[in-house]
Amino acid sequence: MISLAGLMTNREGFSALVMGNHALARAMAEAGTAVVTSYPGSPTPEIADALLAPPEKDRPCHFEFAVNEKVALEFAAGASLNGHPSAVFFKSVGLNVAADSLVQLALMELVGGMVIILGDDPGANSSQNEQDNRWFARMAYIPVFEPASPAEVYVMYKEAAALARERRAPVFLRLTTHVCHARESVMFGELPPQPDWTPRFDAAKGPYVPIAATVFPLKKMALEKLDAWAVYGEKSLLNIVHKTPVQGEKRLGAIAAGLPALCLLEALRSAGAPVDLLKLGLTYPLPEKLAAEFLHAHDEVYILEELDRVMETELKALAYDRGINCLIHSRKGNAALMGEMTPERARAALAVPWPGLFPAPEKHSFTAPAPREPQMCPGCGHRSAFHAVKKALPPGAITVGDIGCHSLGFLPPYNMGEVLFSMGHSVSTASGLALNNSSRKVVAFVGDSTFFHAGMPGLVNAAWRDSDITLVLLDNGTTAMTGHQPRPGNGEIGERLALFEILEKLGVKFIRECDAYDQPKLADHLKEAMEHKGFAVVIARHPCMLKFMRERRRTSPGLKVQQVNVAQGSCARHYVCAAEFACPSFIRHADGSVTVNKELCIGDGSCMQTCPSQAIGRKSGIENRGSRIENQGSGEGKGNGEGGKDGV
Amino acid sequence: MAFNIYLCGVGGQGIGLLAAALAQAADRAGLKVRACDTHGLAQRGGVVSSHIRLGADALTPLVPEGGADLVLGLERLEALRGAAQYLKKGGKVIYYDTAYQPVSVRMGKAHYPSPEEVAKEISEAGGEVSAVLIEDMRDPRMQNSALLGRLAALKAVPGLEAAVIEEVLKEIVPAAALEENLRVFRSAGR
Repeated sequence: MISLAGLMTNREGFSALVMGNHALARAMAEAGTAVVTSYPGSPTPEIADALLAPPEKDRPCHFEFAVNEKVALEFAAGASLNGHPSAVFFKSVGLNVAADSLVQLALMELVGGMVIILGDDPGANSSQNEQDNRWFARMAYIPVFEPASPAEVYVMYKEAAALARERRAPVFLRLTTHVCHARESVMFGELPPQPDWTPRFDAAKGPYVPIAATVFPLKKMALEKLDAWAVYGEKSLLNIVHKTPVQGEKRLGAIAAGLPALCLLEALRSAGAPVDLLKLGLTYPLPEKLAAEFLHAHDEVYILEELDRVMETELKALAYDRGINCLIHSRKGNAALMGEMTPERARAALAVPWPGLFPAPEKHSFTAPAPREPQMCPGCGHRSAFHAVKKALPPGAITVGDIGCHSLGFLPPYNMGEVLFSMGHSVSTASGLALNNSSRKVVAFVGDSTFFHAGMPGLVNAAWRDSDITLVLLDNGTTAMTGHQPRPGNGEIGERLALFEILEKLGVKFIRECDAYDQPKLADHLKEAMEHKGFAVVIARHPCMLKFMRERRRTSPGLKVQQVNVAQGSCARHYVCAAEFACPSFIRHADGSVTVNKELCIGDGSCMQTCPSQAIGRKSGIENRGSRIENQGSGEGKGNGEGGKDGV
Repeated sequence: MAFNIYLCGVGGQGIGLLAAALAQAADRAGLKVRACDTHGLAQRGGVVSSHIRLGADALTPLVPEGGADLVLGLERLEALRGAAQYLKKGGKVIYYDTAYQPVSVRMGKAHYPSPEEVAKEISEAGGEVSAVLIEDMRDPRMQNSALLGRLAALKAVPGLEAAVIEEVLKEIVPAAALEENLRVFRSAGR
């Protein structure tokens, strides 16, 4: 089985079973992409795992995480202006953050070419919406490639990168969650020589400054390039017709792209239905001639897509403009615009106009067992913080959450963070909620990585206007949710910066800081902060224990932790540990007793202080109670963000 | 017809590595593999799943609901959930019998099933169940090797032999833990 490092550095071709994201990283290397940037977000972070797998000197592409998606996109565009082929990748909603510069890219001569990889998320598997980024392509005059599988990701990236360079243009490679994470065997090729780093920026190739009169020639060029992409799409092998081997009464067809096209093909083959399929790979600009010929050649055509009616609208306009006499079917109702396409959904969709061809499968039903919501890990500092904050909040308080692991606080039993829009929104949204509101306290949460990503402008604004809110900055020292990527100032890259001092310099007058495990102190800080008239920040820091424990286990094989236990004689069955503090390590038995799950407890001990009958202790006995807090909560004041260094 | 395997468990149990090992073994055995992990929020103690489809008829990576020939559960409640949603009539469930209570159970609002209840529900729906539990397991991360061991012993995946799975384990398990994992793999078959 090939290692990730081998995947990136093998100079010869080979075949391997890989996920789409890893096939993409290899394609970047083979395409000679010199510079790649990103801000981590599902479903794309595994691309970075591959890019970073070899030692730095052996990496075929320069890769770095940026502080947010806009920065990442601009960095890659800058590299391309110098003649270096570049790429940027991020999740669907990341494109919103990058949009301000994105919409300028097609107006520029990007000398090295640039591939913008979008991790769209139909089904909202790990995103706050299902936004369909194909719309952005129309707004920004950028062509769209839509691969359906890891092998297509590999092929299309290489083609997209080569064409982008030849046309000095940006292109979108639009992936979706189950294209990124699908695995199949892919045949890879050879690696090219190392990139040439000569800086080739030349202002004469521009103009690169779109103001007033220069906008129109630039826009004209962008539109002409789009026309050229359309010409290319007509003959591209990425747009192909799968002829049905079955003879039918009428000439039936379907048009689809990406993974939905494979869902459709699977449904057609499984039903043995006499339906031809036009499968598009380069979906924008629409290959009008090819599509018109396909519509002409069929009596009825079903347009099947996932999420919004993007292709459907364009194909129907095309049929109208050209007076094509073909009955066009498409998805009905709002429900069709939601969720992922599957072969079964494709079958059910086509069964509406063509019921005889697509019989329904047999249904079987079970009673669904108890749900399992995601939750914070054992030992998570956020749990400790939420438990303390919840007890300290006055009735009627409004809590505003943000993006990250702490978003999970909105679930029972904490119910913390009742509003969530986007990365870094919490401080500004809370400021608005607090305006002329003296009766209900407003408390916002933000994580440390999100603070740097998009939280800083809101925070500067709140400090400047002295908004009467309290911000709890949950500092776990990493970008935990997406897999522990570094963030500015955590010391992994460059020097360590204390959040306390950054906030001070940004003009925040009231700042308190403690370890999130020190619940009494955190509660006191929060009460004081809420009494303070104006903007107040409480930093609740504790390292991400998932990351911390992984590192501990790696550096000390066979590590034994001192797990907690419940003294059965003392337990008065309040269930605070299991149901309110709600660490997953507690087991509530049918007979009413509570014990500790030895597979889950990491021995952090943050639970011990929550038991009203002081029944939780270490294996050696409950007299150890509280000792952990003294160890870990010592960094009061201008903390260094290293709480818990000697933990567990 | 494709042979569909649905794997499920709780975030943090190492389902990704288990699925990668199984898919790799199937690929090495000469089977056409399409597979897919699920990621995202769920990896924080929520439901995680992974899909493996074997055979040329599978063009897409996700196992259809009610279409799994084999459900491989890393945890008891999740095995039941996986079976409820994905098991084909006449299909097989192999699960590791460890229990991670969801918050609804710890809050006293939902019931956590016993092994007997799981077996009863699945067999009433026409499925076969095989629960794996190894008493002297040194490290819960080896539970996945136990599942693979039972899968191999039952010849639960047509065309996939124990020797091929062992070969893959030897490549992906760190040297220090290999011997113990192989012991678990072999003893889980009994």
